[in-house]
Amino acid sequence: MNKNLYNYILGIADNSLILGQRLGELCGHGPSLETDIACTNMSLDLLGQVRSYYQYAAKIAGDGRTEDDIAMLRKEHEYFNVLLVEQPNTDFGYTIARQFLFDVYHFLMLTELEKSTDLNLSAIAKKAIKEASYHKRFSSDWIKRLGDGTDESHERIQAAINDLWTYTDELFHQTEADKAMVEEGVGVDVTKLKDAYYEEVKTVLETATIEVPESKYFQKGGKQGIHTEHMGYLLADLQYMQRTYPNMEW
Amino acid sequence: MSNKKNWPLWEVFVRSKNGLEHRHFGSLHAADAEMALENARDVYTRRNEGVSIWVVESKHITASNPEHNGELFEPAQDKVYRHPTFYDLPDEVKHM
Repeated sequence: MNKNLYNYILGIADNSLILGQRLGELCGHGPSLETDIACTNMSLDLLGQVRSYYQYAAKIAGDGRTEDDIAMLRKEHEYFNVLLVEQPNTDFGYTIARQFLFDVYHFLMLTELEKSTDLNLSAIAKKAIKEASYHKRFSSDWIKRLGDGTDESHERIQAAINDLWTYTDELFHQTEADKAMVEEGVGVDVTKLKDAYYEEVKTVLETATIEVPESKYFQKGGKQGIHTEHMGYLLADLQYMQRTYPNMEW
Repeated sequence: MSNKKNWPLWEVFVRSKNGLEHRHFGSLHAADAEMALENARDVYTRRNEGVSIWVVESKHITASNPEHNGELFEPAQDKVYRHPTFYDLPDEVKHM
């Protein structure tokens, strides 16, 4: 099995799985019926992408594991998502800030992944990019509404951006698998996306009258499987059914 | 419920296929037209129902008053001669 390719796919897929799980938590708990449906809609988009990635990963692994096994039955340190996406839905401001900070990256990354020499990844990216483009539109809109809204909405979205900013730099860290895949023309060189990312993020934040944080201290670890304290609870939720009733199916 | 806390109501019209007309699908709340379009997309077209959406704020719709139904609609009920059903259509004319 091509371990680097396998890990590379997991790195991309896990971001979508964990963010999808976070958004799914809002089902029935969104601030309004319309935003509730919008968030769960995005969750289903992400889970749809995840299925394609894990099916491909299962094929590469070739050890009898299915997409469900890969999604549901790994341990915490075997998930390679960035720390940003596992952060909780503290309030709608955090939900939108997390989404926005990920969407800008996601769109840039998929645009490059579409050019991959790996036809499976290229095809998945091609399909996912339309969804990511809509997500970015939705979250950017909400950033502007909240930032340029009432005093309270401004204060809350600013607090969320300040808190989550520390997780943005990790998006551009390369793992061993990343480097190997870039070498082969399969993977995206995320280090090259960084300037475009911060430029776009800053433009939207400025339009939204949100101050761009200046902190130079950034958290990292998710890509190596070292997660924040929120991850265990999230996985407990995600994996409960499979762990309690092994091999259950709907 | 004060107006301050509630977004205005919008009516949503969706065209399900090119060539068909927009049909009323339902209503939703949104702060402005752009948000109404995005909400309509998520609430009413997430199962592939549409190719085009119109939204209009409900307050801009002028509706007939049900109390006037008698004078508005009853005169038309007994005038069958207004339906073009008294002559045969040639077979070549379809979709009438």
